[in-house]
Amino acid sequence: MNTFTSLYTIIYKEVRRFLRIWPQTLLPPAITTSLYFLIFGRLIGDRIGTISGVSYMDYIVPGVILIAVISHSYSNVAASFYSTKFQRHIEELLVSPVPNWVILVGYISGGILRGLLVGGVVTLISLMFITEIQVHNLFIILLTAILTATLFALAGFINAMLAESFDDISLIPNFILTPLNYLGGVFYSVSMLPEVWQKISLANPVLYMINSFRYGFIGVSDISVELALGRIISFVIFLTLISLWMLDRGQGIRQ
Amino acid sequence: MNALSLQNLTKTYSNGFEALKGIDLDVEEGDFFALLGANGAGKSTAIGIISSLINKTSGHVSIFGHNIDTENREAKRCLGLVPQEINFNLFETVENILLIYAGYYGIPRKEAKVRAEKALKQMYLWDKRHTISRRLSGGMKRRVMIARALMHSPKLLILDEPTAGVDIEIRRSMWEMMEEVNKEGTAIILTTHYLEEAENLCRNIAIIHEGMIVEHSDMATLLSYINVNHFILDLEKPLINVPNIKGYKFELTSEKVLNVAIPKKNTLNQLFEQLSMVNIQVKSLKNKSNRLEQLFMDIVQ
Ligand SMILES: Nc1ncnc2c1ncn2[C@@H]1O[C@H](COP(=O)(O)OP(=O)(O)O)[C@@H](O)[C@H]1O
Ligand SMILES: [Mg+2]
Repeated sequence: MNTFTSLYTIIYKEVRRFLRIWPQTLLPPAITTSLYFLIFGRLIGDRIGTISGVSYMDYIVPGVILIAVISHSYSNVAASFYSTKFQRHIEELLVSPVPNWVILVGYISGGILRGLLVGGVVTLISLMFITEIQVHNLFIILLTAILTATLFALAGFINAMLAESFDDISLIPNFILTPLNYLGGVFYSVSMLPEVWQKISLANPVLYMINSFRYGFIGVSDISVELALGRIISFVIFLTLISLWMLDRGQGIRQ
Repeated sequence: MNALSLQNLTKTYSNGFEALKGIDLDVEEGDFFALLGANGAGKSTAIGIISSLINKTSGHVSIFGHNIDTENREAKRCLGLVPQEINFNLFETVENILLIYAGYYGIPRKEAKVRAEKALKQMYLWDKRHTISRRLSGGMKRRVMIARALMHSPKLLILDEPTAGVDIEIRRSMWEMMEEVNKEGTAIILTTHYLEEAENLCRNIAIIHEGMIVEHSDMATLLSYINVNHFILDLEKPLINVPNIKGYKFELTSEKVLNVAIPKKNTLNQLFEQLSMVNIQVKSLKNKSNRLEQLFMDIVQ
């Protein structure tokens, strides 16, 4: 009961934070993805024709939704937890009897909810460009979206724990996340790549997520969906353990 | 039962600096306790360890019998902390800071609202409850931290220099508040730079110097150690050399102001006789008020 109140408080605080600054948190993805759909989907896509049996526009929609989920669940936790640390009100959490796992679950939930909300907004926007969204398997869609949001929220949390300046929390998005997203097969099928690059692409976790997510919509995937989900779940477990271990040590938050 | 008990507490920071070198300290239930020490003595380090903000290197801490390593959550519930530096969300309203903090302690929102009202009124902040905390003055920010620390009704309240840089009127109201909270049964540990503050408020005292406890007793005993009175003399004529009279310690602070330390067994008459003999005329005199400060200097030097 007590622990539930603590958890609820953190989640409430996190959700209120990103809703309050919605021009910074919800508006930009709406604009960016509208541009993606317009330029890649409409202008270029119309000349490309079909890919894996669907129109190019239909092909890219799931990936565009998912990279919005990825970048927003990540940056929500990274920015929020870093500023908690930077402004020192992390001390409120350290002094009070909040268990570490509650701190982690609270902040991660904020990131997941932001990621899913942005994903929802992007989905609505995609409806302005395609007449209807095909749904092959709703369960796979939701499961992949939630797991992906969880994984990147955790990554954002670890980034914030390690960050010593505001620059450190844009480093990973710029140099790791963006390349992984673009090379994750949002705009192309890996089967279009030379064989060497296909192999290299398999090391990219984003590829599994996008394929699994796209499978939920159009029923087509470059790789096995079970394998993809299995990989994502093991990554989630791994990052959860690392985060808890860092919290326990007080990494970057306790001298 | 002891409100706080420290046993052989040490802290070596990652740069190798030994901030605490084995501290033992006991504070009784309901006590009003002063922890004194110069800047850098290790007060905030000790408080940080007690409140789980800093990892200790070795030793034991228990709060109302709860060891902070093994009964961490029970220990935390007993403790309220007012840290030295502002550490709340500067973009949040005063009331929300308190409500969120209460939430961390598992206090439901409805109950938290009732408590926040009481704490904010007690701290004269009720009319500021909807103000974004960044806009508050320094003294108000400190009072927000006190109000916040009272939200879960702790049995031990630790205040790390709460009155530093706060003007005298506010300081006085903080003193009243601390006495009130103490009367309700909460043990208080106070660190302060203003030694007269400790002298007026606290019943027991420890002095920490370079990471060690150099004095740990009750205030009355400590003050009885003082066997010297200090006076400031205003002179009629400027003086060039400090007079050399056996049994007294003089110090010339400006050419017409002479500080003197007189052993308690001597009378002022004796001093004036001696001064007359060397032709020094005293126009007026003041008692140097801060007795504890002198004692403090004697102990740490
Ligand atoms: N993070 C740190 N790393 C290294 N030394 C520190 C750190 N924090 C404090 N110190 C040193 O430890 C000593 C005690 O500091 P502190 O406990 O803040 O003293 P006080 O509160 O009594 O003024 C000081 O010499 C300070 O410079
Ligand atoms: Mg200090």
